[in-house]
Amino acid sequence: MKLAVGPLLYLWDRGTALDFYAELCDAPVDIVYLGEVVCSKRRVLQKDDWPLVACALEAAGKEVVWSTLALIEAESELATMARIVDGSAGHFEANDMAAVQHGAGSPFVAGPHLNVYNEATLRLMVEHGARRWVAPVELPLTTIATLGKSRPPGLEIEVFAYGRLPLAFSARCFTARSQNRPKDDCGFICREYPDGITLYSREDQPFLTLNGIQTQSAAVQNLWSHVDELRAAGVDILRLSPQSQDFAAVIRAFRDATDATGATTPFPESALPGGYCDGYLRGEAGIDRAV
Amino acid sequence: MTLELVCPAGTLPALRAAVDNGADSVYIGFRGATNARNFPGLNFDASEAAAGVAYAHERGARVFVALNIYPSPATWETATDTIDRAARLGVDALILADPGLMRFAADRYPNLRLHLSVQSSATNWRAIEFYRQEFGVQRAVLPRVLSATQVARLIKRTSVEIEVFGFGSLCVMAEGRCALSSFATGHSPNTQGVCSPAHAVRWEETPAGRQSRLNDILIDRYAPGEAAGYPTLCKGRFRVNDIVFHALEEPTSLNALGVLPTLAASGVKAIKVEGRQRSPDDVGQVTRLLRRALDLCDDAAAEWTPPVEMIGELDALAEGRTHTLGAYHRPWQ
Repeated sequence: MKLAVGPLLYLWDRGTALDFYAELCDAPVDIVYLGEVVCSKRRVLQKDDWPLVACALEAAGKEVVWSTLALIEAESELATMARIVDGSAGHFEANDMAAVQHGAGSPFVAGPHLNVYNEATLRLMVEHGARRWVAPVELPLTTIATLGKSRPPGLEIEVFAYGRLPLAFSARCFTARSQNRPKDDCGFICREYPDGITLYSREDQPFLTLNGIQTQSAAVQNLWSHVDELRAAGVDILRLSPQSQDFAAVIRAFRDATDATGATTPFPESALPGGYCDGYLRGEAGIDRAV
Repeated sequence: MTLELVCPAGTLPALRAAVDNGADSVYIGFRGATNARNFPGLNFDASEAAAGVAYAHERGARVFVALNIYPSPATWETATDTIDRAARLGVDALILADPGLMRFAADRYPNLRLHLSVQSSATNWRAIEFYRQEFGVQRAVLPRVLSATQVARLIKRTSVEIEVFGFGSLCVMAEGRCALSSFATGHSPNTQGVCSPAHAVRWEETPAGRQSRLNDILIDRYAPGEAAGYPTLCKGRFRVNDIVFHALEEPTSLNALGVLPTLAASGVKAIKVEGRQRSPDDVGQVTRLLRRALDLCDDAAAEWTPPVEMIGELDALAEGRTHTLGAYHRPWQ
């Protein structure tokens, strides 16, 4: 099984992000997704940084994939998406049908935000060039396994295996709203929350995470203890979503599990409020956790 | 330019009420988990649907069938059976969200109109173009995330008819891109056609006040005398950075009457009313008010502003008894 590092879903400081990707060059991962999926206003890195980061990762033997925006509304966002798709030489992740349309048959990764829930839709994506499919987070493993069995030859299947779950997108920026700031004058306040802002119920249950226009789970979905089931279901790649703490240890633990090295390193406790969850895997509420 | 009024019907009496009160088109769903209003006691069986189509057609109204979930391999056949059934009934259009189902419908019933459901989450002309090129989609319902200006710009770039929401409950998230409900309850609009489903709701009277829970998660707590609403999870009150507030959205309804002339001038083809869960009486009243608004707006063109009493009457029928222009006009931008 391969390990992939998903696109950075938060706004980190440039230096922190550059350090993060520099460290990934030496990390035991196979694929790294770069680029912005959440907010078209964010500039995690400067324009000239990205190619250098990609070069370094490729020199270290990683496959680099350029992710694209999930919620595309403005012409400027379409233009950015088109530029990324055109410059990616078939290494882009489509998160909106606009990217599939613009790609016009060139190879791509069907991202988790395309709604692919059945064989007919998956086949359609393959006809349009999909060489890999990242399953929507709410799909149970039984469905992924069914689609895996009948998959067109050569298609890889990737599953969101670690991280706060990307659950919803809105026109509104909930981070700016929570600080009474208008979206156009947000001051990039999300930079102060490297793992998003945890939203609690009034009983102090960590429930969701505000990350700009994206809403995530507060709990981290962690499928580390299910690696064998995932493999048996035909999953080829596990996606680990970047977080600000303990990420190297997370990668190490997943690598040990996928390689079945027999290493018994205990998985690090979650540094984020909300603990771990894995309910989607069984077709239950995503927030649930198997005991 | 006259806008088409598209109204909801969860039952045959609601369909009659919509048609009698001036709906140009009515959209319905079949019973079972094939559409985004999969509520107990709601939706049509085959004979009700046939009666509804006959009633509407006799009065010059059209009937659209919404099949806007994303079927899994396990529910695929139910979904394609539903398409077969709708086609046999002679409905005027299918409202679909799933690309695989659109392929099925376009191949088997090339003469049946396809409308892109709001659940398709097509928020830009390129995404709409994908569905037009692939399946010959003739109309797209836009998610409630675009501003009026964005709607106008999108229309300039597409040959597909555009339908937008004019009144009803509001999704603050891009439709078809929201898994909040399945995260909390295991059931989502995309998979089961429900959001914050009733079976997961629990009400409690406590010393702290009336509380609503969704699968045990506290969604809201109401002070004595405070009006309590259905616990749609994005409309609950939560704590963020030590402040308790409606952190995602207020319990409020969309009312686009204030921007009707703008929408009409930008080339919008149809105005959709949300609410197949509404009673026949409510459907009739909302349809009557919207019909009058569209007719008045048509006569007065650009100078039109909605009469205060009309807004009041619609507020009385709205979730939270209050309204917003939502994303059309973005005070929060």
